[in-house]
Amino acid sequence: MNVALSTPVADTARPKLEVQKLDAWFGNVHAVKDISLGVDARSVLAIIGPSGCGKSTFVRCLNRMHELTPGARSEGRVLLDGEDVYAVDPVYLRRRVGMVFQRPNVFPTMSIRDNVVAGLRLNRVRADYEAIVERTLTQTALWDEVKDRLDASAIALSGGQQQRLCIARALAVEPEVLLMDEPASALDPIATAKIEELIDELKQQYTIVIVTHNMQQAIRISDKTAFFYMGVLIEHGTTQQLFTRPERRETEDYVTGKFG
Amino acid sequence: MNMAMTNVAAGQYAIPRRVGSHRARAVTNGVMTGLCAAAVALALVPLFSVLWLVVSKGIHSLSLSFFTKLPAPVGELGGGVGNAIVGTLFMVGLASCIGLPLGVGAGIFLAERGDGKLGHVVRFTAEVLAGVPSIVVGVVAYGLIVLPMRHFSAMAGAVALAILMIPTLARATEEMIRLVPRSLREASLALGVPAWRTSLSVVLRTALGGLINAALLAIARAAGETAPLLFTALNNQYWNLHPLQPTASLTVQIYNYAISPYEDWHDKAWGAALCLLILIGGLSLIARLAAGRRSQA
Ligand SMILES: Nc1ncnc2c1ncn2[C@@H]1O[C@H](COP(=O)(O)OP(=O)(O)O)[C@@H](O)[C@H]1O
Ligand SMILES: [Mg+2]
Repeated sequence: MNVALSTPVADTARPKLEVQKLDAWFGNVHAVKDISLGVDARSVLAIIGPSGCGKSTFVRCLNRMHELTPGARSEGRVLLDGEDVYAVDPVYLRRRVGMVFQRPNVFPTMSIRDNVVAGLRLNRVRADYEAIVERTLTQTALWDEVKDRLDASAIALSGGQQQRLCIARALAVEPEVLLMDEPASALDPIATAKIEELIDELKQQYTIVIVTHNMQQAIRISDKTAFFYMGVLIEHGTTQQLFTRPERRETEDYVTGKFG
Repeated sequence: MNMAMTNVAAGQYAIPRRVGSHRARAVTNGVMTGLCAAAVALALVPLFSVLWLVVSKGIHSLSLSFFTKLPAPVGELGGGVGNAIVGTLFMVGLASCIGLPLGVGAGIFLAERGDGKLGHVVRFTAEVLAGVPSIVVGVVAYGLIVLPMRHFSAMAGAVALAILMIPTLARATEEMIRLVPRSLREASLALGVPAWRTSLSVVLRTALGGLINAALLAIARAAGETAPLLFTALNNQYWNLHPLQPTASLTVQIYNYAISPYEDWHDKAWGAALCLLILIGGLSLIARLAAGRRSQA
């Protein structure tokens, strides 16, 4: 599957994902300004910051979804295992860097089962679909709830179930990096807890970048946190340090709830 | 109601707290509901009078032989419109083979790549073409196909009908595809599915119910056209399934029977009209059912 990106030699010192001087625009709106940071393999990076500060735009640059918006462009480098993602076919890149969106976006014409394996089936990848359906739905804690109605339409599920289905769908193509843009913002507390639990499990295997509005959530699930403000990376460090001993005034104000 | 408006106009309250008495509101509500019901009834009068007239005058002519036999010569009793039914189905089928791929294809182009200059030109052309009277399209097909070939043919009729189908179908297809949420396209692209396969397997697939509906309505409308067939397929007293021969159609047959001086033919015109109505009604019904099934799924 990853013809363009053959497996590079493992380099433990190098971050899985490395962003260098990234700028992104929508027409004249400069949404992401000169951001550099690295994400270690099998770790969770949380991105926090007030609405409109460029969090979504930033993560959408990582799998090259940003460039699909008319009038959008970006500059700078994003390295995946040391390879510039802008030098490879975005189609192959997106199989390695999966994405979960803010609003669940299941395919309404497909059954639950077909949604899970959509990425494989649409790409004509032959695999043991049954096993993948069971494994990913179990991972996302959905299996017991849907195992008796896998052929039912996916839109019959609740919002929280749909979002977990979207995560299962992203996992089925076995990406290396998982980008999650406020995956729990439309969910109730129980569904949110389930997703947090899942992220904790997934980081054994995946590198995860998660955008969140919820600072408690960032503290619970992430190893490192980046604070964005008006398109600029204000501070980036271990989650513990960023929340307890922030170096920058803006960070402190934000994490203590003085603004945002 | 009045009081509320005055209040807002005078800027006394942003949201009026009391809008007249409960009784006054109930009366206004009743009157308005009554007016709406009357408007609906008025709009339904022409529809039902057409239906009633066609059914009541046409039902006597209907019999098995009416559906299966060739037209009888003047003065002879019996006979049917079998060849006209077959001719209509044949020509509409041919027209669909030409018009559906072109119309749907143009619509896909407009939705996917239609923001550029070419898109604007295509969209504008489709709009103009949709406004061209069908008789003009008939004349064009006459000039393009009938004159060079030196005789009337089912193919010429089908081309005229196809030209009529394409613009509305293209616009309807574009609308249906644009209704598919962007988030679904993104979901597919984010899974590493190429753009072209995303368009086909996700976007078009999601719009399919609407597309089937639009296509069936376009076919039904083509089946009801007379003017473009007068210049192109003309008519035929016999069975014909040869694309290069003149061909009978229900609409032209109705026209011929209706303008004739014979009482018996007038009855047959009503009968043929009822046939056409059943055909088109059937198609529309299928379209409705297809659309209904999709929206439930
Ligand atoms: N499609 C778009 N067109 C133009 N501007 C956009 C678009 N999407 C986002 N923006 C702008 O880019 C900035 C960053 O947006 P976004 O990345 O969505 O912020 P966040 O996810 O942090 O709330 C905002 O100022 C927003 O108005
Ligand atoms: Mg956002």
